[in-house]
Amino acid sequence: MSVSQPAAVAYVRLAPEPALPPPLLARGAIAWARANLFSSPLSSAVTLALLALTAWTLPQLFAWATTRAVWSAPDGALCRAHQDGACWAFIAQKFDYLRYGSYPVAERWRVDVVEIVGAALIAWLLWPGAPRRGLAAALFFLGFPVLGFVLLRGVASLGLPVVDTLLWGGLFVSLLTALVGIVFSLPLGVLLALGRRSSLPIVRAASVVFIEFVRGVPFIAVLYMANNMLPLFLPAGWEPDRFVPPLVGTVLFAAAYMAEEVRGGLQTLDRGQYEGAMALGFGYWTMMRLVVLPQALTRVIPGLVNNVIGLFKDTTLVAVVGMTDFLAAMDNAFKDTAWSGPTILETGYVFAGLFYFVFCYGMSRYSSAMERRLAVGRRR
Amino acid sequence: MTADARPSRTALTNDPRVRGFVYQALLVAALAALIAMGWRNAVENMQARGIPMGFGFWDQTAGFNINQTLIGYSALSTYGRAFWVGLLNTLMVGAISIALATPLGFAVGVARLSPNWILSRLALVYVELMRNTPLLLQLVFWYNAVLKALPGPRQSVSLGGLVLLNNRGLYLPRPQFGSGALIVAAALLLAVAIAFALAAWARRRQEATGLRAPVSPVAALAVVGLPALAYFAAGEPISLSYAHLAGFNLAGGLQLYPEFAALVFGLVTYTAGFIAEIVRAGVLAVSHGQSEAAMALGLRPSLTMRLVVIPQAMRLIIPPLTSQYLNIVKNSSLAVFIGYPDLVLIFAGTVLNQTHAAIQVMAITMAVYLAISLGVAFALNLFNARSALKER
Repeated sequence: MSVSQPAAVAYVRLAPEPALPPPLLARGAIAWARANLFSSPLSSAVTLALLALTAWTLPQLFAWATTRAVWSAPDGALCRAHQDGACWAFIAQKFDYLRYGSYPVAERWRVDVVEIVGAALIAWLLWPGAPRRGLAAALFFLGFPVLGFVLLRGVASLGLPVVDTLLWGGLFVSLLTALVGIVFSLPLGVLLALGRRSSLPIVRAASVVFIEFVRGVPFIAVLYMANNMLPLFLPAGWEPDRFVPPLVGTVLFAAAYMAEEVRGGLQTLDRGQYEGAMALGFGYWTMMRLVVLPQALTRVIPGLVNNVIGLFKDTTLVAVVGMTDFLAAMDNAFKDTAWSGPTILETGYVFAGLFYFVFCYGMSRYSSAMERRLAVGRRR
Repeated sequence: MTADARPSRTALTNDPRVRGFVYQALLVAALAALIAMGWRNAVENMQARGIPMGFGFWDQTAGFNINQTLIGYSALSTYGRAFWVGLLNTLMVGAISIALATPLGFAVGVARLSPNWILSRLALVYVELMRNTPLLLQLVFWYNAVLKALPGPRQSVSLGGLVLLNNRGLYLPRPQFGSGALIVAAALLLAVAIAFALAAWARRRQEATGLRAPVSPVAALAVVGLPALAYFAAGEPISLSYAHLAGFNLAGGLQLYPEFAALVFGLVTYTAGFIAEIVRAGVLAVSHGQSEAAMALGLRPSLTMRLVVIPQAMRLIIPPLTSQYLNIVKNSSLAVFIGYPDLVLIFAGTVLNQTHAAIQVMAITMAVYLAISLGVAFALNLFNARSALKER
């Protein structure tokens, strides 16, 4: 059998022709638009209507916030004259009050220090892969509350004059409430979750009653209860600081929700983990500390962060018992007659909304990133 | 196995049962001591401050007015009456908000799943905005910056002439029932009963023969047509009264106070964001193989959705949905901030401040919310038991 070279015929191709690019309608922006925006007559109509809506509102919103806004003014007169733009001058004027409330100006550095230390510790704690996170946790849950108390309230013998909580207000009170809630409710929640899964019937019953009671009532009712009933149950002559009852209420309320989250984590844990730990001769607390809780807590980090978001949003409610949080400080700022007007109200609420959104959205991004990260390890 | 039968090798202090008993005894003793101490302090403090001990305040005259009541109430009514006014207001806000938040939440959740990119993006923006800002901020925004900033009655904003909006509230047409309206109501009830009977018959027939009957058009026709027939047969007994300007204020129509409107609007838009995510998660959690199998059997996409995906998604949607309903009822207590007279504002607020009976008032308030929560949790458990996967 002889293999012969084909004769050089003009119409036989020797090399394959390079593939043609796919038709324009099958890839690129046009194809994407056909698939995602104009896949059916109904879809096309919806797309056009929504595009028209956005094209109409977005520029208005942008102009309201920037080009038509009043950026600096001595008082509200200019803002009242510009009815169709934001009044950022109001925020600039009231910024220090929104941040610190009536905290004495000379002592405000103390608030800054506490906030910076807290932010650094939280970043250390939340960074997956940061070294010595155990140390960070110890500092955050044990050292930081002491530092915060000493600096914020003040200890006269250390040269830090005591600042009455009547003067506290603004952003740092919101952060403080949330932080106190987290720092104390998480350990309490873990204890309650362990109690609910305990084999001891009375411990279990006490935990269930507490958790279900707190989860069944609104936060405002818990705050009212803490404010009106706690002083009655204390011995006569004990006058807790006006911040203590609402903070106790916040901690108890948050602990019940944390407990349910942690219980969810405990339930996902394989029975073999407990049996393995017991076979090694671990006692209950050693088993929980070294084997069960590290796994259970890591699994529920996303849920715990979501709880923290809820807690942070709920801190706005402490205003009902007389604490001046960020939103209450904003309401106080509205009462300044030099700064009154509809655009000032809108600007104030939009600014507060942005502030809460940035915090909560950031946390929820972190939560879902953790969720993906954890899913990688457990994927089979 | 009893304790005696065991070889007594373990020391008593290491026996888990003994230790468990001791721990629990200690817990009981600590709790009892705490309660006893608290009780003694409370009794002493209440006597020292002249706070009433019993529930005698219940029948005393309240002496304050409430501007929005569902049952008769005046300043001469008792504190007990004020409690019922507050409770009914809370329940009404809860029921109306639930009824409105559910369809809105489902619509947004479906929009999130839509293949239309711009629609799903806008739904996402809505969900993130609602879920990541505090409900209180949204409520005070709607109340102070939107509703209170509206013009007065003479310059009311008119939505098609039917609905008027001004700084005194939202005015809807008020239905007025003449004699014979009962016939229309009876016709409506009958039509609903027919629709349910039809659905049951169609389900039985489908299970027996696999044939589907056109239930929804027939049922819709019955529910709309029967009352309409009765309406004209009885001589048009129902009419609408519209709000109109009379002097400096509006007359006629159904006035919803701005506090009520802001509270319901805020609760509905906020909770719909959460419901949307629940619906989306529920639909996504139904395995893709389910819809593929349904399509392979020849079901059209809409039938696949209705007969295969939604029934399975509902099992995942209902439990978190119920807890959102409970959240609506609990969150309606934010009424305190905008002055809507709900249970917390009237009872845990005004009544408590007037009578100083903190423990009694708070106990009653908590008991009401607990009763609602536990009742719903009980109903949910029944539903879960019914809808759990029947496994072999």
